[in-house]
Amino acid sequence: MTQTDFTKLVLPFKDKVYRLAKRLLVSREEAEDATQEILMKLWNNSQKIKEYRNIEAFAMTMTKNFCLDRLKSKQAQNLKIVHSNYEENNTSLEKQVEARDSVDWVSKIIEELPEQQKIILQLRDIEEYDFDEIAKVVDMNPTAIRVALSRARKTIREKLTKTHRYGIQ
Amino acid sequence: MVFNSIEKLLEKYDNGETTIKEEQKLKAYFTQDDVVPHLESYRVMFQYFSTTKQEDLYTKDVPLKTKKSNIYQWISVAALLVLSLGIFTTQFGDNKKTYSELTMQEQKDYDQAVEVFSLVGSKFDQGESNMAAFGLMSNKLSQGVGKFEHVSEFSEATNKMFKSKKKKQNK
Repeated sequence: MTQTDFTKLVLPFKDKVYRLAKRLLVSREEAEDATQEILMKLWNNSQKIKEYRNIEAFAMTMTKNFCLDRLKSKQAQNLKIVHSNYEENNTSLEKQVEARDSVDWVSKIIEELPEQQKIILQLRDIEEYDFDEIAKVVDMNPTAIRVALSRARKTIREKLTKTHRYGIQ
Repeated sequence: MVFNSIEKLLEKYDNGETTIKEEQKLKAYFTQDDVVPHLESYRVMFQYFSTTKQEDLYTKDVPLKTKKSNIYQWISVAALLVLSLGIFTTQFGDNKKTYSELTMQEQKDYDQAVEVFSLVGSKFDQGESNMAAFGLMSNKLSQGVGKFEHVSEFSEATNKMFKSKKKKQNK
């Protein structure tokens, strides 16, 4: 497989890999590093790649696993700062300012979702995968995926209406 | 678009039951600007979804290192081997031809060469029979030497006798 063949093969989903990585790792640089890592891994195994029927799903699964591993090792390294006396109801001034740009606000809300829901929401609402494809990536049955997706969507909207009530409107 | 159908779709959406087509319909509806106020939160969501898909792109180049295969080096080595083997076989091997395969001139040359060799060979035989005569002579000669030893032994013995006689005469 030549470089051009590989680029052609990877082109349709490299942005999706990057977006999923960014969704999970949050920081732009880390997501770029992760994407590069994934693409390099694919390239090094480019002989075996042809055997996979769905390369995109395979790449997305790789990305998911890679990022979750990253997060795990990060958590092990760093101390977490826990706000035990933090109250969500009193939207601070800072939050209100952030809420002005309500589209960005959505990404902040998604950041707070559990990893599994983040991945499913990303794949469904942004990348528009069907449930079978998502099932391959996250290794869950479609019903469970639906439930997680519904939960994620409801949480986002709940938090959004909260900010709307306190913030913009 | 009928407002009711949107509301119904949204309910299905919240339960995770919409199809991708229905979701695309919703996205299309909410990306336009005039949205009823109480659906504002949906508008924010769907706008976020469609903008991230369009804007968040991976633009960095990935350095793809091609594994430099040594195959060309090995091909040159193989070529060298084949070439030298070819030269070797054409020079030394496979050059044996049967008599019938030779051309007329070569056959003639060959015949002459064989004749010369056989002539030399016969002369050599003769020489060898002459050499046999020499061998016989040398054999006789060595017999003669053996006999001569007897003579010298005899003369030694006589010398001793003469010496003892001379001693007796001196006393």
